[in-house]
Amino acid sequence: MIDSDLRDLYQEVILDHGRNPRHFGTLPDANHDARGHNPLCGDQVHVQLKLDDEERITDIAFEGKGCAISMASASMMTELVLGKTVPQAHALMEAFVHLTKGEEFEHECVVEDDLDRLQVMSGVSQFPMRVKCATLAWHTLDAACKGEDEVVSE
Amino acid sequence: MPTSANSGFDVTRVRADFPILSRTVRGRPLVYLDNAASAQKPQAVIDAISQTYANAYANVHRGVHMLSAEATMAFEKSRETVRRFLNAKRAEEIVFTKGGSEAINLVASSLGAQLREGDEIILSEMEHHSNIVPWHFLRERHGVVLRWVGVDDAGVLDLSALRGMIGSRTRLVAITQMSNVLGTVPDLAQIVALAHGAGAKVLVDGCQGAVHLGVDVQALDCDFYVATGHKLYGPTGIGVLYGKYDLLKTLRPYQGGGEMIQIVTRDTVTYADPPHRFEAGTPPIVQAIGLGAALDYMSSLDRAAVHAHEESLLAHATEELARLNRLRIFGDAPGKGAIVAFEIAGAHAHDVSTILDRSGVAVRGGHHCAQPLMARFDVASTVRASFALYNTHDEVEALVRGVHDVMEFFK
Repeated sequence: MIDSDLRDLYQEVILDHGRNPRHFGTLPDANHDARGHNPLCGDQVHVQLKLDDEERITDIAFEGKGCAISMASASMMTELVLGKTVPQAHALMEAFVHLTKGEEFEHECVVEDDLDRLQVMSGVSQFPMRVKCATLAWHTLDAACKGEDEVVSE
Repeated sequence: MPTSANSGFDVTRVRADFPILSRTVRGRPLVYLDNAASAQKPQAVIDAISQTYANAYANVHRGVHMLSAEATMAFEKSRETVRRFLNAKRAEEIVFTKGGSEAINLVASSLGAQLREGDEIILSEMEHHSNIVPWHFLRERHGVVLRWVGVDDAGVLDLSALRGMIGSRTRLVAITQMSNVLGTVPDLAQIVALAHGAGAKVLVDGCQGAVHLGVDVQALDCDFYVATGHKLYGPTGIGVLYGKYDLLKTLRPYQGGGEMIQIVTRDTVTYADPPHRFEAGTPPIVQAIGLGAALDYMSSLDRAAVHAHEESLLAHATEELARLNRLRIFGDAPGKGAIVAFEIAGAHAHDVSTILDRSGVAVRGGHHCAQPLMARFDVASTVRASFALYNTHDEVEALVRGVHDVMEFFK
């Protein structure tokens, strides 16, 4: 028996990203990277970036092991932040974290269209135990942008 | 469908003893299959706890007043109940701890003080982190060498590797009585004989085994045995360390505080005899009394019939799940306990757990605090259904239905 909350969580687009993650692999000429780890479930993600002189993300890749939610979230993230500056990516990360917790938030620095695309992940707010799965890749991206090489979510 | 053919066990009657089993989860009956993580509590345990607080609570071992005397008697009576449950020779061999982890940390600390650089401790790769990390402390702090015995693809312990590994540097073999993931029940009699033949001690982690298998520490001849209350249908915050008395006598204290001393002066301190030497501070009094009630409850049942019932649940679940070709079961050792760990191709353990939870089925998804074992099987996490004496064949069917839902979802 599959209920509607589950359908909201595992929307087809999420299952698709989970099955066929975008930008999955390594980036040989990356100049920033970070590893994220969720010790609770063992999920791991490695995010690699290429930042240009103006701190714009000109290329991105991720590798990892994790549930459908964490892999889909990482995959969607790579599509959304490609071409963005570090501050723009950070603002989008903050908006996403609020969205996964079902919280209200200001989103002046965030493009409406990006938010619309992230809405597909909002179903996770009904599953508090799974919010960390969705946000791991984003925190890892943020760490990579800041020059930190490791982030642990708990 | 297999049935519990044993006549000595009435699961409906037993279920009535556990109030929580009548609640619903998301509008459906609770199907609790996370027993290896923690078991639910019978009314007898809940009553023992509330009645102690309501009628006979005070600190133990100090007061001369009536309540303290009553609390002390109840507390020490529980020690005797544990002694009987483990068939230890004397109650002084039973140390109360706050759990299984603390019991192992106690041995690592107190026995560890006698170890030197290059001394070896042998572990199996199916140990729970609580029977790994305390030994890593000794590796880090004293240069003790950890050696690992593997399991084969079915989860059977490689006894011949163990035989080759045990030698004059071996000080301890620390081994589970029953794996919390694979369900494997290693041949402890052989392991104890091998270890003792080399002059090494044996610590048995009985956190799962004490629940599902009989325990007789004298017959087993192990030097230490560890169990935890909350998996034995008792409260959290209480565990048990059994140690042979003469061995406990040689160990230095673990923590310092009240209760564990004989005489304290400004310049000197002398320590109490076991078990109080290892019970610094006010112990988990009510939890120990609750544990006693839990063991009394278990002993009131026909344990052979309980074992047969759990085996039939395991056989039923294994048969149904093994039929699904996208599903892989970890652990197929002969005589394994009532735990089935599995993965579904294309569906991560946490997605599986979330979907099962929506139909009221509580299982665990993750590494089960056994990361070296996960690495051995090259899997990040698995789903684990673990059975208790109150589970039913209908609940096994609910699990299987949920697994079908998952497969429908993650086609």
